[in-house]
Amino acid sequence: MNAPAPIEQKRTSAWSMYRSIVGIGAFCALLIVTVFEATAERIADNKARFLSNAVAEVLPASRSTAEVTLDADGALVAAAEPADLPVFLGYGAEGELVGAVITAQGMGYADNIRILYAYSFERQAIVGFKVLESKETPGLGDKVEIEPHFLANFEALDARLNEDGTALANAIVTVKEGEKTEPWQLDGITGATITSDAIGAILHQGSSAWLPVLERDGRLFQPALSVEE
Amino acid sequence: MALKQVSPTDEFIKGLWRENPVFIQVLGMCPALAVSNTAINALAMGLATTFVLLMAGLSVSLLRNFIPREARIVSYICIIATFVTCVDYAIMAISIELHRALGAFIALIVVNCLILGRSEAFASKHNPGRAMLDALGMGVGFTVALFFIGVLREILGSGTLFGVDMFPDGFQTWTVMVLPSGGFFAMAMWLLVVNWIRQREANAEKEGDDRAGEVAS
Repeated sequence: MNAPAPIEQKRTSAWSMYRSIVGIGAFCALLIVTVFEATAERIADNKARFLSNAVAEVLPASRSTAEVTLDADGALVAAAEPADLPVFLGYGAEGELVGAVITAQGMGYADNIRILYAYSFERQAIVGFKVLESKETPGLGDKVEIEPHFLANFEALDARLNEDGTALANAIVTVKEGEKTEPWQLDGITGATITSDAIGAILHQGSSAWLPVLERDGRLFQPALSVEE
Repeated sequence: MALKQVSPTDEFIKGLWRENPVFIQVLGMCPALAVSNTAINALAMGLATTFVLLMAGLSVSLLRNFIPREARIVSYICIIATFVTCVDYAIMAISIELHRALGAFIALIVVNCLILGRSEAFASKHNPGRAMLDALGMGVGFTVALFFIGVLREILGSGTLFGVDMFPDGFQTWTVMVLPSGGFFAMAMWLLVVNWIRQREANAEKEGDDRAGEVAS
């Protein structure tokens, strides 16, 4: 008995494979570049407006800001172009220095957390806080943005410098919820332990790097101001 | 054997109920469970997925005679990822705040097997008109299902709906409902309801058939 002849499937030529994959790849690349170009300006505007609103939100007394950076000698100078983690000095209606706004970031539970916080020269304390970017667990880690008792930490979180003015007098640390006893401690969130610990670490790191410089040079800085909208 | 002709309306409606992607086909579970912790997140995710479904369906249908069988999966994924990237840029251009709320989940649309599934099973075999009707029906069905899950989870897990308090002070929220496990609980509750309704429909149909048989005899 003869065995049935195998069914031959038509083979696709290498040329048609290349043609389709390269063609679709080129079409997709063109589409992405087109949409990117079409939206880039608007996205940049939105990001700048979002940052500007966030600065005004954490330091409401400021009417104008000046972005600052460090020069090669570690002195405070006006930033020539926007930094990845910008730092601003905020000025009141009369042009008086009302505070500084610092951007800082660090690793959270899921990914990097980027925050913005305000420092008051007068009170030597952190007086405002906002999360700029976070991918923390919805319903848990993202409570650091909304939990009233956690946000209450930033009514005046002690950030005094030591007598030399070279470092924080007390490390900013997060403690368990309800166990805050010192003004430099952050009252944490049960259920968002890693995220609230990360916020404490980011604040400590950012403040240790910037507050000694800001306290030393901030009041002497001559700003070219940009007025908040 | 001649295939039964499906009307364009049926092509659209099947995704809403008879072949609902979440409750009947149980497809796209990753975003359905991950993003549905609030009603607004669920709604936004559903709309973004519907847009990608529509555009991917249209593109795959238009290119169906150009894409060889062996290269179809890589081609479909490339097309889907492109439209997801476009949606990502578009949302950033519309509102950074909205992008912040959805940011972690937009990329998940690429790996939503519903989109790849419809591209492979339907759009690659039908003309662009039918492919878009199918994609629209599936997208609306997906959005509605996510919305139902999101409403249940937000009300029980946070005590709110669209951020508005639903209960008097003192209501103890079920935190588990906003956690990943809450997604499974909410999904199970809705599947129970959907299957109960479908069972009732099937029983009613069977009774109708039996009655018709008795009358005929």
